[in-house]
Amino acid sequence: MSLEYTASEMMSITAARALTNDMTCFVGIGLPSEAANLARLTHAPDITLIYESGTLQTRPDVLPLSIGDGELCESALTTVSVPEMFRYWLQGGHISVGFLGTAQIDRYANLNTTLIGDYRAPKVRLPGGGGAPEIATNAREVFITVKHSKRTFVKDVDFVTTVGFGRDGKAREQVPNIGRGPTVVITDLCILKPEPGTNELVVTALHPNVTREQVIEATGWEIRFAEALATTPEPTSNELEVLRDLKARTHAHHAGQ
Amino acid sequence: MADFLSLQEAVSTHINHGDTVAMEGFTHLIPFAAGHEIIRQEIRDLTLIRMTPDLIYDQMIGAGCAKKLIFSWGGNPGVGSLHRLRDAVEKGWPNSIEILEHSHAAMACAYEAGAAGLPLAVLRGYIGSDLPKVNEQIKFIECPFTGERLAAVPSVRPDVTVIHAQRADRKGNVLIEGIVGIQKEVVLAAKRSIVTVEEIVDDLNAGVNACVLPSWAITAIAEAPKGASPSYALGYYERDNAFYQQWDGIARDRETFQTWLQENVFNKGAA
Repeated sequence: MSLEYTASEMMSITAARALTNDMTCFVGIGLPSEAANLARLTHAPDITLIYESGTLQTRPDVLPLSIGDGELCESALTTVSVPEMFRYWLQGGHISVGFLGTAQIDRYANLNTTLIGDYRAPKVRLPGGGGAPEIATNAREVFITVKHSKRTFVKDVDFVTTVGFGRDGKAREQVPNIGRGPTVVITDLCILKPEPGTNELVVTALHPNVTREQVIEATGWEIRFAEALATTPEPTSNELEVLRDLKARTHAHHAGQ
Repeated sequence: MADFLSLQEAVSTHINHGDTVAMEGFTHLIPFAAGHEIIRQEIRDLTLIRMTPDLIYDQMIGAGCAKKLIFSWGGNPGVGSLHRLRDAVEKGWPNSIEILEHSHAAMACAYEAGAAGLPLAVLRGYIGSDLPKVNEQIKFIECPFTGERLAAVPSVRPDVTVIHAQRADRKGNVLIEGIVGIQKEVVLAAKRSIVTVEEIVDDLNAGVNACVLPSWAITAIAEAPKGASPSYALGYYERDNAFYQQWDGIARDRETFQTWLQENVFNKGAA
């Protein structure tokens, strides 16, 4: 008998499964934080989670609303200054995975969180880079999780805030001391990975009951599918229960209850 | 030694029209009470520096205090946009502002370089990003030893820094606990500094490696209980996440914002 779950739950659970117990993960706020803490509360209890506010090895009971909620500091092994965080721990090479969300992503996994439209006359002004530009190049690899839609998945981003593989797919070639870049993108419809050689994102697995047409419809370029296209395993009842508890606790906490 | 002043005196004495001001606190210890005092004193043409402008600069920009903003992430954390910042950037209300944007790593390094008395900061950053195309402060240099191409940004040297901290002792030494962010660096990088504190105590009870700023490194101290709210002060009160969520509705509309500003800032004096 199969369980009832939403596409968002499928996305968070699939993203959580990408993380393993031995990783040191630099966590972005929002969907990455939800997935990373779900991993910690299920199959990866010893995963090291690090937030850019300087909290090292943190174990929050509720998901933080901001990157620097008190919960993160109080449940951390230790808290360091922000320059130390970026210089010693990230740039110094101690991060195995940077886990990021985004507003726009293109076929070479470049991320735009700066603006839609022209820089000097933006149609929509977005928050900006934050920690992402250096997380994406200094972490050994990068995971991305974002909801799939034509507005988000565009052929070319309006602005490269954070490099994936550049405008031509080759931005990391011949650059010393740079991580592998994005290795997986997890959406509410599927899993995408950069194709060896071209670095263009291709679909490697569809979530259960999702069709190729749905993915084509939600992607702003001619998306390709891997020859050996897999189906993502369904969530387990334990994963769903832990995720729902975590979200309910979080909601009650931030509403001031 | 630091002068003990009222918040009103500290702001009127040390912050002038046209100054470059850094008001820091990485989500934690954001000096809101001081920001509101700057709004009440109608100080104008400020160049505001903060890694995350947060609600404090959204309020100051909406109140017309800023002519320029230097920042690295301008959102309402976990909620969405800073609508007053967006209105100023997109539509020029209440005045247009110039923006200069960095990444967090670059700004953290720039503050550290300012504290270290250096003209620039060097980092392995901005690789493949379009940010250097729109911010002329971002340059690339070659390492003289290895030849590696590295990013360089000018150090941050504000006229005035304002931070909030947990407490000061009666000599004016200040203790900062929890997410210390870049509080130490931003004070040491500035020509003048104002530190608001939750309370003034006889003994800081600081551990030997605690983050303590000595009195002689600070210009002025003002007691401002709950001075970081709706952000938080570890050990005193929690972040008011519900208010951060409500701010989205308040700030989205110019009139609602102005009513909020009148009732919650102008009609209330400094503590």
